[in-house]
Amino acid sequence: MYRTSCSKLTGAWKCLQLDGLVGSSVQQKLFANASRSHMSARSLIQLCKKNQAEWITFQHLCFLKRQYVKSSSGLCQRARPRQEPVSAVLDDRDDSMVRQVQQIPALKPEPGTEVSTCATESNQVEPEADRVARLEARQWKEMRVQYSDLPGIYARLSKLKLTALVVTTAAAGFAMAPVPFDPVGFLMASLGTGLSSCTANSINQYFEVPFDSNMNRTKNRPLVRGQISPLHAVSFALACGIPGVTLLTLGVNPLTGFLGALNIFLYTCCYTPLKRLSIANTWVGAVVGAIPPVMGWTAATGSLDPGALLLGAFLFSWQFPHFNALSWNLREDYSRGGYRMMSVTHPGLCKRVALRHSVGLIFLSALGPVLDVTTWTFPLVSLPINLYISYLAFRFYRHGDRQNSRKLFFCSLWHLPMLLLLALTCKKSRVAQDEAAVTSSSASLAL
Amino acid sequence: MNVETARYLIFRSLRPCYTNTNFSLRSPCRGHRESTSQAPKHAKQAERSGFCPAASSKYDWIGPPDRLSNLRLIIYHIPENETPLERELRHLRQETEDWNHEFWTNQNFTFNKEKEEYIQSQLSAKGLSERDDDGRKRTLSSEEMAVFYKHFLDKNITRHANYNREWYRRNFTITLLMARVTLHNTWRTLTGQTRRTEREKGKTT
Repeated sequence: MYRTSCSKLTGAWKCLQLDGLVGSSVQQKLFANASRSHMSARSLIQLCKKNQAEWITFQHLCFLKRQYVKSSSGLCQRARPRQEPVSAVLDDRDDSMVRQVQQIPALKPEPGTEVSTCATESNQVEPEADRVARLEARQWKEMRVQYSDLPGIYARLSKLKLTALVVTTAAAGFAMAPVPFDPVGFLMASLGTGLSSCTANSINQYFEVPFDSNMNRTKNRPLVRGQISPLHAVSFALACGIPGVTLLTLGVNPLTGFLGALNIFLYTCCYTPLKRLSIANTWVGAVVGAIPPVMGWTAATGSLDPGALLLGAFLFSWQFPHFNALSWNLREDYSRGGYRMMSVTHPGLCKRVALRHSVGLIFLSALGPVLDVTTWTFPLVSLPINLYISYLAFRFYRHGDRQNSRKLFFCSLWHLPMLLLLALTCKKSRVAQDEAAVTSSSASLAL
Repeated sequence: MNVETARYLIFRSLRPCYTNTNFSLRSPCRGHRESTSQAPKHAKQAERSGFCPAASSKYDWIGPPDRLSNLRLIIYHIPENETPLERELRHLRQETEDWNHEFWTNQNFTFNKEKEEYIQSQLSAKGLSERDDDGRKRTLSSEEMAVFYKHFLDKNITRHANYNREWYRRNFTITLLMARVTLHNTWRTLTGQTRRTEREKGKTT
């Protein structure tokens, strides 16, 4: 319970233990967050060098907190620059943090005892209630759309980074198609795919507001925070989706438009509800991920060739090590939120499927030259990275612990762009294909 | 958090806090009106928060995540001459919020309670005490916990499916109603039918 109430606080505060001892885990966290702020990084490093052998004291944390708050524009608290007594500094944080931090001096002699927040309030005198009420009042936000915030809100609503990855895979599909490169078609296909992806992500967030509130990973989404209304989110989705699909249908070709609309439907109406009903959601999600490169290919050629399906198959297989590894460490959140994921209900299957599909990537790469998509060098140059991800998937299968799942997940993040890049460099050139066609036709003429 | 503390927190959240409070700060106001001539509308049921937005504000206010349900409480703005459609929307949103809060409070509380019980039973089956030699609470490995997570999901599948269905239905209804209200207000503004206060007239013309 404490974690959910104070985990919205960022940075060093997350790792303050209830028993009041602040230790090396803080140092690691501080290092991790130091990259966000140049100033605090310098002071942090100075601090940690000084205090190598001893615990970081509470005053040091306050100093760092001030640095972090001042230099980080994302936090909404005012940083007080002047020196203040420790108790007054606590005003800057919300009341749950206040109660926790107040307990630290009291608990030092007896570590590990459980903190009761209620006891604190009843023990304090009148001003405590006022302070709590005042702190609480500060956390209330007017539900008014700030137009300057809208770009950021839309970026988060449409999961812009994920959309960018989806557009990249579609662009790779377009580039891999064995036709002359058409820049206009490329741009329209990319834009249309991007808009469709924005739509799908927005509708997904619109459906999942109460679930997102309860999961640590997703509780800062715009709809959860009330930055925009549900109607606004749906309007944004329609404003992206209708032009996006229209652009794909009219500007590229109807097949691509159909695939775009199908993908939106699969993601919002199949994958999103299925997440709470059955583990089949992962396979549907993998299909959703596989469609964009197919869309890119059909945008270039106008037809659904085996090459398109091969690229789709790459994405389909890649999804499993990626998602299964990610979901492995979120099992508690998924269980509490009621999500039925393989990692929770069928952990053995989860690991097996991740391994199976990682190894499958090796065989799919071998299909590249067979289907005339790539040259024979592609299976060879992609073998190292495919073997590496298979090795990590095997370790995940054997040990199934947090460390191995994280390794597999982070590997999958760079593995996919690398694989697509290698495929692009090993693309079977059209000149060679035309020559092969000419020689075969002349040979048939001669006979 | 132990069961007693959690239960105490739930009761606190459901009852208005009359002890140790300064009345002016904790006056219950579920919805807030913009006019200063009328007193703020009082909550019909127990107030989950003592916060009261400024009377001059014309927007809804959203609060921090609730301690138990992790959902954010919203205080809705009640405009003067609220149309029946707007009132219906506000009531529906309020009711959905309360229903959601109840479900998730129950869900989180049950989950944590059963998790604690499971940990206790596993530790006692192994013959270990609740705390180790350093005084810290013992935790189980993620594999052992996974058994509990699976069991919890399987036990509650029907309840979750029902909640899901109901939530989707409510979400759609609220959004459609919001769209109707917006269209209705836009139509009224375009055709020059403003609200009866001088302030509104000044804004629309």
